[in-house]
Amino acid sequence: MELGDKVLKGHIRSIGKAISCIENNRPEKEQLIDYLYPFCGKAEVIGVTGSPGAGKSTLVDKLIKRERKLGKKVGIIAVDPSSPFSGGAILGDRLRMQNHASDDDVYIRSMASRGHLGGIATATADAIKIFDAAGFDLIIIETIGVGQTEIEVMDLADLVLLVLVPGMGDEIQALKAGIMEIGDIYVINKKDHDGAQKLYAEVEYVLNINQSENDKEKNPIILTSANLDEGIDDLVKCYRDYFKYIRCNNILEEKRKKRIVNEINHIFTEKIISEVNQFLHIEKKINQWVKNILHEKVGPYTLINKKIEQFIKEFKEQ
Amino acid sequence: MTDIVRILIAKPGLDGHDRGAKYIARALKENGYEVIYTGLRQTPESIVKTAIQEDVNYIGLSLLSGAHNELFPQVIDLLKKNEADDIVVFGGGVIPEDDIASLMEKGVKAIFTPGTSIKEVISFIENNEKKNK
Ligand SMILES: Nc1nc2c(ncn2[C@@H]2O[C@H](COP(=O)(O)OP(=O)(O)O)[C@@H](O)[C@H]2O)c(=O)[nH]1
Ligand SMILES: [Mg+2]
Repeated sequence: MELGDKVLKGHIRSIGKAISCIENNRPEKEQLIDYLYPFCGKAEVIGVTGSPGAGKSTLVDKLIKRERKLGKKVGIIAVDPSSPFSGGAILGDRLRMQNHASDDDVYIRSMASRGHLGGIATATADAIKIFDAAGFDLIIIETIGVGQTEIEVMDLADLVLLVLVPGMGDEIQALKAGIMEIGDIYVINKKDHDGAQKLYAEVEYVLNINQSENDKEKNPIILTSANLDEGIDDLVKCYRDYFKYIRCNNILEEKRKKRIVNEINHIFTEKIISEVNQFLHIEKKINQWVKNILHEKVGPYTLINKKIEQFIKEFKEQ
Repeated sequence: MTDIVRILIAKPGLDGHDRGAKYIARALKENGYEVIYTGLRQTPESIVKTAIQEDVNYIGLSLLSGAHNELFPQVIDLLKKNEADDIVVFGGGVIPEDDIASLMEKGVKAIFTPGTSIKEVISFIENNEKKNK
């Protein structure tokens, strides 16, 4: 497989083409991914999430700088939402990372969330594999916010940095409600702004309430000023220690296993749905079903159960 | 399903105005394209590298500083060197009528001077996409 071989050699243009192949869900996608699969599993994956404007991209830029000093090849996947109206997107994350534009060992790819069949998480998972197989040591994924989609994307990471900034009360509410527990390490960025210390105290307090005693050391809080390049060394040391910790305690292995479970479920569901759709010609029949529900007052569960029964019967006879 | 068109909007050169570039970026987004925007003062090297990493179909170069005769062909040459000359390059900004022919000859596929409506840019892309089918 030519494209696959070039990806394995780290050929930049081919990596770009391979990711497009995934993004556009081209037929050769499956073959490509499975070709690369045996070469995956070496890279570390860090997720960075938080509100728009929290300083995630600026922070990633500084992390790249540190990792490059250590000689690591770094791949970045920056996910931004597509417009629900036009389907288009403006992808501006790499604007903050252009310092690395001339460095061959830094690869930045912007991805729009699109209306992916398997969700952006499936596409991101495949893009991670491409970087991994191409020999990138560290892969950083940046996403915005706290929707279900973002949580799924963050599940692809070995560890997650949740970036918080002073003056965004909503996030503390979300933390309290347990919505934002996706963070492994909590980064309070813009420590140069008023309220950073207060936010630190609040986050510490919330984490204390939500966690049992022995969990505590697992969720460090780090203060940074990404644009001033302050606190970054602490953060890097912190996630390096965290990596060691999750490696030693088998947490990483469990996470990766869980990821494969998710992946199997995703692919399986996606495939089954499209098979069933094709078999039952749902697109053609859906209007009839709507009529059934509207006029004959058939309940949706009764209707669907009947259709599925019928499907299984026909399928067996086939 | 057809592929979504990706476009890099880049500003080479030293001028510090990106209102025009941002306006184009928004308009292209509203037309359903994915636009990668990299900010001011990009070198031809960083533009080409970005275009390849992002695997864009188009590069739109926006320039007000008058260095288009050097910078646009540099981008084209670098694309060739990197086996990426299938990426279509167009330009916009303050570009004198006299320079247009020679830029087109060097491989720039379209030039949009100030006052061009965004519709023209979009129909250029749409027509070009049709040709590719
Ligand atoms: N004052 C201050 N500004 C910052 C800091 N980090 C980032 N910024 C600025 O915040 C804005 C948004 O940053 P960006 O990295 O694009 O945020 P993202 O949307 O989370 O990726 C930019 O103008 C940055 O320069 C910081 O630590 N302190
Ligand atoms: Mg960002």
